[in-house]
Amino acid sequence: MTSLFEVVPEEAPADTPVRRLTISVNGEQHTLDVEPRLLLAHLVRQALGLTGTHVGCDTTNCGACTVLFDGSPVKSCTMFAVQADGHEITTVEGLASASELDPIQEGFKDEHGLQCGFCTPGMMLTAKALLNENPNPTEDEIRWALSGNLCRCTGYQNIVKAVLLAAAGLRNQEDAGEDETS
Amino acid sequence: MTIDEVKIGGLGASRRRVEDNRFIRGMGNYVDDIVLPGMLHMEVLRSPLAHAVIRSIDVTAAWAIPGVRLVLTGEMLASRNLAWMPTLSYDTQAVLATDKVRFQGQEVACVVADDPYIAKDACEAIVVDYERLPAIVNPTQAMADGAPIIRDDKENQPDNLVFDWEVGDKEGTDSAFAEADVVSELELHYPRSHPSPIETCGSIADFDRATSKLTVYMTTQAPHIIRAAVAMVAELPEHMIRIVSPDLGGGFGNKVPVYPGYVVSILASILLERPVKWIEDKTGNLISTGFGRDVYLRGQMALRKDGKILGVRMHTDSDHGAFFSDAQPSKFKIGLMHSAFACYDIPAAHLTARGVYTNKAPGGVAYRCSFRVTEAMFFQERMVQGAADDLGIDQAEFRRLNFVRDDDFPHRTPFGFLTDSGQYGKCLDIGLEAIGYEDFLKQKEEAKKKGRLLGIGISTMTEPLGAGNSREYDILGIKMFDSAELRVHMTGKAILRTGAKSQGQGHETTWAQIVAHELGIPADDVVVEEGDTDTAPFGMGTYASRSTPVAGAAVSMVSRKIRAKARKIAAHLLEVSEEDIDWELGRFYLRSSPDRGVTIQECAMAAYSNVPDGMEPGLENNAYYDPPNLTWPFACYIATVEVDPLTGVWDVLNVVAVDDCGVRINPMIVEGQIMGGLTEAYAMASMQFITFDNEGNCVGSNYMDYMLPTAWETPGFELHEVVTPCPHHPIGAKGIGECATVGGPAAFVNAVMDALKETGVRNVDMPLLPDRVYEALTTSRDVSGAPPIKTD
Repeated sequence: MTSLFEVVPEEAPADTPVRRLTISVNGEQHTLDVEPRLLLAHLVRQALGLTGTHVGCDTTNCGACTVLFDGSPVKSCTMFAVQADGHEITTVEGLASASELDPIQEGFKDEHGLQCGFCTPGMMLTAKALLNENPNPTEDEIRWALSGNLCRCTGYQNIVKAVLLAAAGLRNQEDAGEDETS
Repeated sequence: MTIDEVKIGGLGASRRRVEDNRFIRGMGNYVDDIVLPGMLHMEVLRSPLAHAVIRSIDVTAAWAIPGVRLVLTGEMLASRNLAWMPTLSYDTQAVLATDKVRFQGQEVACVVADDPYIAKDACEAIVVDYERLPAIVNPTQAMADGAPIIRDDKENQPDNLVFDWEVGDKEGTDSAFAEADVVSELELHYPRSHPSPIETCGSIADFDRATSKLTVYMTTQAPHIIRAAVAMVAELPEHMIRIVSPDLGGGFGNKVPVYPGYVVSILASILLERPVKWIEDKTGNLISTGFGRDVYLRGQMALRKDGKILGVRMHTDSDHGAFFSDAQPSKFKIGLMHSAFACYDIPAAHLTARGVYTNKAPGGVAYRCSFRVTEAMFFQERMVQGAADDLGIDQAEFRRLNFVRDDDFPHRTPFGFLTDSGQYGKCLDIGLEAIGYEDFLKQKEEAKKKGRLLGIGISTMTEPLGAGNSREYDILGIKMFDSAELRVHMTGKAILRTGAKSQGQGHETTWAQIVAHELGIPADDVVVEEGDTDTAPFGMGTYASRSTPVAGAAVSMVSRKIRAKARKIAAHLLEVSEEDIDWELGRFYLRSSPDRGVTIQECAMAAYSNVPDGMEPGLENNAYYDPPNLTWPFACYIATVEVDPLTGVWDVLNVVAVDDCGVRINPMIVEGQIMGGLTEAYAMASMQFITFDNEGNCVGSNYMDYMLPTAWETPGFELHEVVTPCPHHPIGAKGIGECATVGGPAAFVNAVMDALKETGVRNVDMPLLPDRVYEALTTSRDVSGAPPIKTD
């Protein structure tokens, strides 16, 4: 028997409940048949092989599994894959383009905003969502926005600095863009 | 053409981390990210009870579930003599329970299936018939007359005592107390805490039938110790075992011991001849793997009226849970608890220590800690504050009076360690200046008039990092040295491997900086690999802040061996004798004509193309480093707080850290370590603890109950540095990773206790939850976090 963990195989027992879903992950469309109980985090990690999304706590607390769901951060370890049917997911793998890093990635590297790296994808995606809403956040706003993501290594101070740096970088990019169009 | 060392990423460069390039892209390689062809998945069924006889286990229904490949119980393991395994502290631990379960969360059965969902279903289908026994959840109960014997599986175990140990000078200490003007006393509980890296433990065992080789990818901070343990326990030949520790999502001591899940995944892979992956869930991690602390401490300090400390007595009762399975240097039963008071000039001290078994998960791992130094330093600094208050001497002044002075090194500590360097007074002065000590004391008085409670807490300590020299430090008889192997390729690029294993410390970045410092090869030209026992030289791994003191020193030493050979090659290339050339970073040159020289890269090319007659070609070597002593960093942490008298809630106002860890390889990374450590210190002081109810149920089995600080609660930190090079380390470095976790908690607790001083309360046990602080404020009595311990 092939693993149901990834995608329900053709030879699965006839009574295996199956749902077909279509989702966009990092801009790429996928249509898959999955068990309804399959968690979104496992779909992303196993079926799609995007292992940058980490599973830390299984209880929606640590935020290592955070992905963007139509642009908003969600914890994919406590969301069923079928709930994402018809929606757009962004994972850490979708942050950088082939040639350049996202300013949030640059920020985390430049400010030493990570150590073991396990919480980092979730942290960066949550921060990314914050900056999309609020391009010029205060330190308190950043700390509040990130309070659903746990980090055991850094003590958060450098993460806050990383987000501030990324915000400045994004604003500069925008200013440069405006200059070009004007 | 002198090379700028910082530009090539040498010592002192805040070089951006090499490993981040993969982590920020989501391209790290953690155990759960590894997928092997034909891989199966294992789940562990755990005991819901803390203490019970296993009457029977029925696995029939589990086997009937499609996709189940194997169900294992303790009985099946016993038939292969694998139901029990030796621990790293000369005890035994059940792999899967046979006769009894001895803590909640103990491993009872394992299921291997096509996917983890099926394996979980099958675990739920296993029926275990338990006969509940009374649970023992603290040392008082464990040592009570007639207490049930938890380890009745062991011969010669008539009670629940793990060890009874003492160290120090009893007579000298008694004399000191006879001369004392004042005796200050303190009793407290350092609560049980879990290191709780965000990534749990896990493994993938892959037994290859064709070659009989076993490869295990696993979350371990010490892969070589694991290889040795597997060779001895499973009786597999050591050369046919390969342990790979890939990227680790944090460790903090949690990933040092050998856990049953690893062992059963190995056995399952051998039986099924397929790769078997086991990834622990968070609850499994929190309730069954390496806890830290859980020590009851009491002590007395003999004091002269003028503020001089004459002697100290300490007693500890430590709760080790059901199995003594933490790794400790075998000579020291309560770790390095006796490193307490090392920064103070105290003539005599005596420590007695008892360890006991309870019906709790095996505990006592070195959680970001060099074997119990966290408890030692916390107790030390809480005692020091209490003694200063008892004498009516300012807490900063009292420390200054008793510090070992800068010109007193080497200094023998009251328990016999040898400290070698430090500028304790200077660190304290910088800390006091930074926090604005005098001003704060005035503010505090002003605030008091308005009914506001401000407090300031100081914690100063030196601790022993870098176990350790082979005379005194071993685990299971294996000496605690470490190693490095360096290969310089013909174009001057290099690969370095060490026996350490980074879990976020950034070895891939910093080890290359040491090579850059020693050889002048740019750090970007050096790739660093760790964690694969087939390629890395034997080492004892990364914990107890030992990487830089031991493996880091080995990196220096192997680089120097390379340089020595390169010097011979340089002399050959320059056609002069070795005595006629000198070294500057990255280059040998003719002393009489400094313009004539050859670079290290030219020497590397020559090592493969033009070696002198009689010389072995190539440019590679290894070094095993046995440190002459531990390293002794010093730290001064100061916190200010405001306590709300109406609720007991306290807020941190400011935190200042002054760390002297000797020469800093990468200041950015050192500061990252300090801030991370301070956060864990704040966590333990404020919220983070795991407790048990009277039936032995773990309260704190997930992140909803086990509170960890988020970005919102965590205060900001102001960092300062002092550099007193370590006199025996090749580059003058000392350990740093754990300093703030070890020294930090007392700063926060002392600050809150200072705010409560008027009430006369001497101690509130950690964590200082608002209800405990409120109770202290309203009753003016000490608040214990645990039942009182029996005195004798």
